[in-house]
Amino acid sequence: MSNISKGDILLEIRGLTVDVQGRRILDGLDLTVRAGETHAIMGPNGAGKSTLSQVLAGRSDYEIRGGSARFLGEDLLALPAEERARRGLFLGFQYPVEIPGVNNVYLLKAALNARRRQQQLPEVDAFEFLALVRDKMKLMQIDEALLSRGVNEGFSGGEKKRNEILQMTVLEPVLAILDETDSGLDIDALKVVGHGVNSLRRDDRAVVLVTHYQRLLDHIVPDHVHVLVGGRILRSGDRSLALELERRGYDWLREGAAAA
Amino acid sequence: MSSTPPDLDQLVGQKYRHGFVTVIDSDTVPPGLDEDVIRLISRKKGEPAFLLDWRLKAYRHWLSMHEPRWAHVRYTPIDYQAISYYSAPKTSSDGPKSLADVDPKLLATYEKLGVPLHERARLAGVAVDAVFDSVSVATTFKARLAEAGVIFCPFSDAVRDHPALLERYLGSVVPPHDNFFAALNSAVFTDGSFVYLPKGVRCPMELSTYFRINAAKTGQFERTLIIADEGSHVSYLEGCTAPMRDENQLHAAVVELIAETDATIKYSTVQNWYPGDEHGVGGIYNFVTKRGECRGQNARISWTQVETGSAITWKYPSCVLRGDNSVGEFYSVAVTNHYQQADTGTKMIHIGRNTRSTIVSKGISAGHAQNSYRGLVKVLPSADGARNYTQCDSLLMGARCGANTFPSVEVRNPTATVEHEATTSKIGEDQLFYLRSRGLSAEDAVNMVVSGFCKTVFKELPMEFAVEAQNLLAVSLEGAVG
Repeated sequence: MSNISKGDILLEIRGLTVDVQGRRILDGLDLTVRAGETHAIMGPNGAGKSTLSQVLAGRSDYEIRGGSARFLGEDLLALPAEERARRGLFLGFQYPVEIPGVNNVYLLKAALNARRRQQQLPEVDAFEFLALVRDKMKLMQIDEALLSRGVNEGFSGGEKKRNEILQMTVLEPVLAILDETDSGLDIDALKVVGHGVNSLRRDDRAVVLVTHYQRLLDHIVPDHVHVLVGGRILRSGDRSLALELERRGYDWLREGAAAA
Repeated sequence: MSSTPPDLDQLVGQKYRHGFVTVIDSDTVPPGLDEDVIRLISRKKGEPAFLLDWRLKAYRHWLSMHEPRWAHVRYTPIDYQAISYYSAPKTSSDGPKSLADVDPKLLATYEKLGVPLHERARLAGVAVDAVFDSVSVATTFKARLAEAGVIFCPFSDAVRDHPALLERYLGSVVPPHDNFFAALNSAVFTDGSFVYLPKGVRCPMELSTYFRINAAKTGQFERTLIIADEGSHVSYLEGCTAPMRDENQLHAAVVELIAETDATIKYSTVQNWYPGDEHGVGGIYNFVTKRGECRGQNARISWTQVETGSAITWKYPSCVLRGDNSVGEFYSVAVTNHYQQADTGTKMIHIGRNTRSTIVSKGISAGHAQNSYRGLVKVLPSADGARNYTQCDSLLMGARCGANTFPSVEVRNPTATVEHEATTSKIGEDQLFYLRSRGLSAEDAVNMVVSGFCKTVFKELPMEFAVEAQNLLAVSLEGAVG
């Protein structure tokens, strides 16, 4: 167990302002995520959801114009992507890339050991690792054959997403940000993914779900729901906000914001 | 702000790690080339008359030839009169009989290069015929090889001890007049390796040679001859590295392989000669002629090369598939960085019936480098049922490098099957970000993508060499990402 307790602040974003190729995408975004919580960030297309995920994970082709983001008390934005991962931040990609010829297990083991070195734990050997992965694969209902294939190479859309969650369950991040993990999944796969994410939830961890639709939230029930529109959080609430969005769409919020 | 962008263009910043010069007195002939120099080389080597004649004929032919200009490489003209054609470490005058007799400085040099002769040779079961400059200084595992009947020795020893084999095979695959550089090599070669496998012998270990260029302005003209008699089998490893130098150094080696009926030769190369600095100054010119002939039925010759070094690499390890059902293979990874240039590929000449060839070429370019694949698949009228499969993939890192593919196919038999696939891709920021977001450093991420790209070639390398090759690739591309 870590020394993180329920309610500790894991991620604190203040006034985060980000441009992409001269266009403002995030515009003074605030968000606080505490240990033990599951957040859902919802919003229409182009609201900045994916930009937020990628900026937090450390993608460098964004121009950060203002604000701050602290992760476990450290200046997150000053850390390169790999350092963020090693400290326990995980991004589940909306579009996981294919890396031909790089063995899926090999990457997973390298990733786990990079994290364990940071935690000053001994690296896992091949046997321990395989046992661990086999367990998680069962959980994610992933065919073992996928292990020996190239990373995402020739995977179906659903396989790629399940593979992301598999990686997450193996790496056991402190904070998992899942970017549109539900897109492209059928109902059965959605259940499996939901199960995988729920298995990770603990008092000393947190999950941020970035999603377009509320259907994922049937499987992973969030404590907090935020609506991201025009680069900032327009409204926060509980689970019922997601249901309201499902019913009413996003436009009423925008009108409300314009009126205010 | 934030994390330093992983600038692909910087992937080239890595300094050459093997850049050092060992201070050893060289017995070096003054620069220049004429018949007297050739006579001197031949005399120093104590060669029989036929070999001197052979050299002189090659030299006279060379004088009538012109340096080829068709390769996709650029370099300042070579002044052949400014090169010294003979250089030997002084310790060679009385000849080291064993490792204990070898100049400790030489051994230290190999240590720096990661070639600990004692352990490595014993642990890996590799016999090492180390070539320092132009004279071989150490040979191990001789007894075990001799017991199996395998001859593995410096070329000059073969001249003395096996003249009949030499007279029969030397120049039978790459004739002295074959091309400009082969002719030059034939005239002035000083040493190299000789391997002979008698009928039915399976070589009990991998054979290996480490080359090293040390004395300044000394051309390297190695000559390698490998003969696998009927039903024999040999795997030969060649690895190279060179110290930091400002002047360009010409290397024009010739390698000839002969596989008789049912024989197999596997020839693997890891080439890591000094590529010049990040501004393109210095570096080795590597203009090599490598060719093998499958002389009998079911013979097999396989070339595997990992080319990361040299300012300019210009080589086409080729197979002449004369015997029916013979097989030729070429697996290549060529990495060019900074201002390196590589024009490399293979020729598969199908003469016998049902001959098969496979070509897998992986070119990686970074910095301002140029990387070209040039290949020829030729099916002669006699080659009924011949088959070739060619795959050429190029990986670009950054926007200022280039990749070219020049495949030639000449088919003169209607029953032949020839397939060609080619791809060019850029190493993606998306791929690198994905790997870094899993905790891998920028450099490890690049290495992983590149290793994946090269996987089909690496798995053809002998195990211990595959690891070395991966490390070499990592070193070559280090610094490519900020």
